[in-house]
Amino acid sequence: MNSLVATIRIGLLRSGIELKQFLRQRESVVFTLFFPVILLFIFGTVFKDTIAPGVTFSQYFVAGMIASGLVNTGFQQLAITIPMERDDGTLKRLRGTPMSVSSYFIGKALLVTFLMIIQTALLLFFGSVVFDLNLPTQANLWWNFTWLVLLGSACSTILGIAFSIVPKSGRGASAVVSPIVIILQFFSGVFFVFTSLPSWMQQFAALFPLKWLTQGMRSVFLPDEFATQEVAGSWEIGKTALVLIIWLLLGLIFAIKKFKWSRE
Amino acid sequence: MSVTAAIEVSGLSKKYGAKTAVDGIDLTVERGEIFAILGPNGAGKTTIVEILEGYRKASSGDVRVLGFDPATKGNAAQRWRNQIGIVLQSTSDAADLSVFETISHYANYYENPRDVEQVIDEVGLREKINAKARELSGGQRRRLDVALGIIGSPELLFLDEPTTGFDPEARRSFWELIRVLKAEGTTILLTTHYLDEAQALADRVGVINNGKILEIATPQTLGGRNHAPAKVSWLENGVTNQIHTQDPTAEILILSQRFNGQIPELEVLRPNLEEIYLKMIGELR
Repeated sequence: MNSLVATIRIGLLRSGIELKQFLRQRESVVFTLFFPVILLFIFGTVFKDTIAPGVTFSQYFVAGMIASGLVNTGFQQLAITIPMERDDGTLKRLRGTPMSVSSYFIGKALLVTFLMIIQTALLLFFGSVVFDLNLPTQANLWWNFTWLVLLGSACSTILGIAFSIVPKSGRGASAVVSPIVIILQFFSGVFFVFTSLPSWMQQFAALFPLKWLTQGMRSVFLPDEFATQEVAGSWEIGKTALVLIIWLLLGLIFAIKKFKWSRE
Repeated sequence: MSVTAAIEVSGLSKKYGAKTAVDGIDLTVERGEIFAILGPNGAGKTTIVEILEGYRKASSGDVRVLGFDPATKGNAAQRWRNQIGIVLQSTSDAADLSVFETISHYANYYENPRDVEQVIDEVGLREKINAKARELSGGQRRRLDVALGIIGSPELLFLDEPTTGFDPEARRSFWELIRVLKAEGTTILLTTHYLDEAQALADRVGVINNGKILEIATPQTLGGRNHAPAKVSWLENGVTNQIHTQDPTAEILILSQRFNGQIPELEVLRPNLEEIYLKMIGELR
C-alpha cells in the first residue's frame, strides 16, 4: 500500500517534469497543440459543403480532428519520443534508480491527458469562433465526450508506450510511426466522410481504436439523426467503449512485459 | 548483512552468441573500498559493471551486490536500488532541465536523499545551478551525472569512466569529491582509462583483458611493480648511460664516488603504473 502511494506520488512528480520539458521545446508545443487547429482552418476553408442537412464538413471534421488529436498526442508522440529517450540515456538512468516503471507510465499518461485537454479546448474555441461549430448542449453528450477523451488518452498513451519498442532508434522513429498514423487517419474517416470510403477500408479501420474514437466524437458533435447515416445505423457507443478497453488492456500487458529500457 | 562484502562475484561469465565477453571472473570488493577496473576497450569492463548494476544478466556465475542478486526484479530490486548510485558513461538526457531541477527531481526517487544544495556544492556546480543541461560543458555535464549518482546517499557507487573529457583541474577537484565520499564510507567501483586516476584513488585495481582478470593488486604492487628494477641513467663522456638495478641507492653511491660528487643528468626511474599496465595487456597481444 505504501509503495502504491509512492508510485502515484512519483508518477505525479514525473508528469510535472515531463510537462516542463515538453513546454521548453517550442517546436513540439506549436506542432502538438496548434496543428489540429491549422488543419481545421485549412479543411474548413477548402470544403464548405454540407454533408447532411445542418451538418457542415467542418462540424464533421472537428469530431475527427479531436479523435486524431488523441492519436497524435499519445500514440504518435510517445512512439517517437520514447525511442529518443532510450537513445539519450534518460531511460537507462531512470532504470538505475528506485523509480518504478508504473510511475514512468503514469507520468506519460498525465502529460498526454493534459495536452489533450488544452489541444481540444483550442480546437473547440477556434471552431466555434471561426467556423460556427455547434457545441453539444445536453449533459449526457458532455459526459460521453469526457470519458471518450480520458479513455482515448489512456488507450493512446499505452499503445504509444507499447509501440515504442518498434523503432530501432530515436532518429528513425518518426519515419516508422508517422505513416501508420496518417494511413489510419485516412482509413478512419478523419479527412473524408467514413461511409464514402470503400468497405474494405472501413473494415480494416474498424480493427483499430481511431475509427471508434472518431465515431464516438461524431456522436457528441453531430445531430442525433445523423446516426442513421453511420455504417451500423447507430453510434455504437457501447461497442466503442469495449474496443477501446480491449486495446487498452492488450497494450498494457504488452507494454509492461516488453518495455525496453535500452537499445540492444 | 553488514559483514558481507559490497560486491561478491564468483565464476561470472557472459556470452553474446558465440562470443565470450566475460570469462569466469572472481571478484570481491570490500565495504568502504575504492576498487578500479582497468582494461583496454572491449576487454569486458562495461559488461561486468552493467551486470553488477542490474542492466544485464549473467550467462553463468554467482553475483551478490550488497548481498543482493542484481538480476532480481520487483519491489526488492527497488529497495536495493535505494542503496546504489550509478554514473553511466556519457549521457545527453534532460537537456531542457536546469541543474537544480534535475537533481531535486531525482532526489524524490530515494528514501534517504542527500541535501540537494549540498550536492550541488560538492560537485562544483553552484555557478551553474540554473543553467540547462544543454548549456553545460562536457566536464560540467559529467559532474551533473555524478550529482545524480550520489543524490540517493548510496552505500555503493558505480563510476563508469567518470572523468573522460575533464581538464586536469576538473579532474583534481573530482578526485577530491571521490575522497570525500570514501571518507563518508561509500564503496566505489570505478572503471577508468586513466592510470593516474587509478593510482590516485584506488585501494586496489583489477586488470581485465579478453574477459579475464589478469591480476588484482594495490596500485603500488601491481605486476610486481614494487620489486621491479629501477632504471638509473646519467651522462658520461657525452653519452647517456643506463643500467637496471634492484638497488639504485648503491649504484648512485658508486657513481657519486666515480664523479667525485655530482653525477651529470642523473635520473632514477621506477616503472610507473602505466608502463606496468601496458606490459600486462601487451603480453597477451
